[in-house]
Amino acid sequence: MAEIWQQAVFWVLATAMVVSAVRVVTTRNVVHAALWLVGALMSVAAMYVLLFAEFVAWVQVLVYVGAIVVLMLFGLMLTRASIGSASFDNDQRLLAAVCAGAVFIVSSVIMVTAFEGKEIEFDRTVGTTTETVGRVIFADYVLPFEVISVLLLAALVGAIVIARRD
Amino acid sequence: MPVSFFLVLAALLFSIGVYGVLARQHAVLVLLSIELMLNAVNINLVAFAAMFQQFGVQGQVFALFIIAVAAAEVGVGLAIVILIYRNRQSVDIDEMSLMKW
Repeated sequence: MAEIWQQAVFWVLATAMVVSAVRVVTTRNVVHAALWLVGALMSVAAMYVLLFAEFVAWVQVLVYVGAIVVLMLFGLMLTRASIGSASFDNDQRLLAAVCAGAVFIVSSVIMVTAFEGKEIEFDRTVGTTTETVGRVIFADYVLPFEVISVLLLAALVGAIVIARRD
Repeated sequence: MPVSFFLVLAALLFSIGVYGVLARQHAVLVLLSIELMLNAVNINLVAFAAMFQQFGVQGQVFALFIIAVAAAEVGVGLAIVILIYRNRQSVDIDEMSLMKW
């Protein structure tokens, strides 16, 4: 019974995600593209909750929806791009669609054949709480964590230096 | 629930991102499409973490690291876009051929 509900939630979220993602790459208004991206990212966050990853879901909402999309909107504002209905696509749209379709077919065929019959068991979940994730990060992945911190600092300094008006 | 549902969904999201990167002309819209591709990879990682849940939550940890790297990438990318706009009054990717041989 629970399995049916999980499948239903999955299909609803997948539909929302794909529709918003397609609107991100096809809409003719840059601000609308950023707002559709919010929809796609929120569906991804809900998908993380479905996959027992609560902490990742909240980080997704805080960092992506809260920070990255706002940063994108600031970028659109600062570049004063024409927000109107001008076309933002170049003339290789057909080629791009062919490439994307090829990527989709090849990767999904490989994935499906490689993981045929593998199931995610929702009933036998051990529950991955935030505590577990924190323990794994600070027990097994301390060095990558510190490297990420230095990377963020370097990116911050680099962004300031690049965009500074001197 | 088969794990391939999530993998095919992630592949679809990734290819939508590929289309956006190839077909868009506006630099910020290309960055938005790159975010879609990074999210597709994260769905894969979290789905594998759920599939191998008896072995721990390493997949979720890697997803968190990718989110952090994506934040850094967007910061630097937008700084570059703003600098290009300031120098050339345009964010059209097809016009950024200064370093093309």
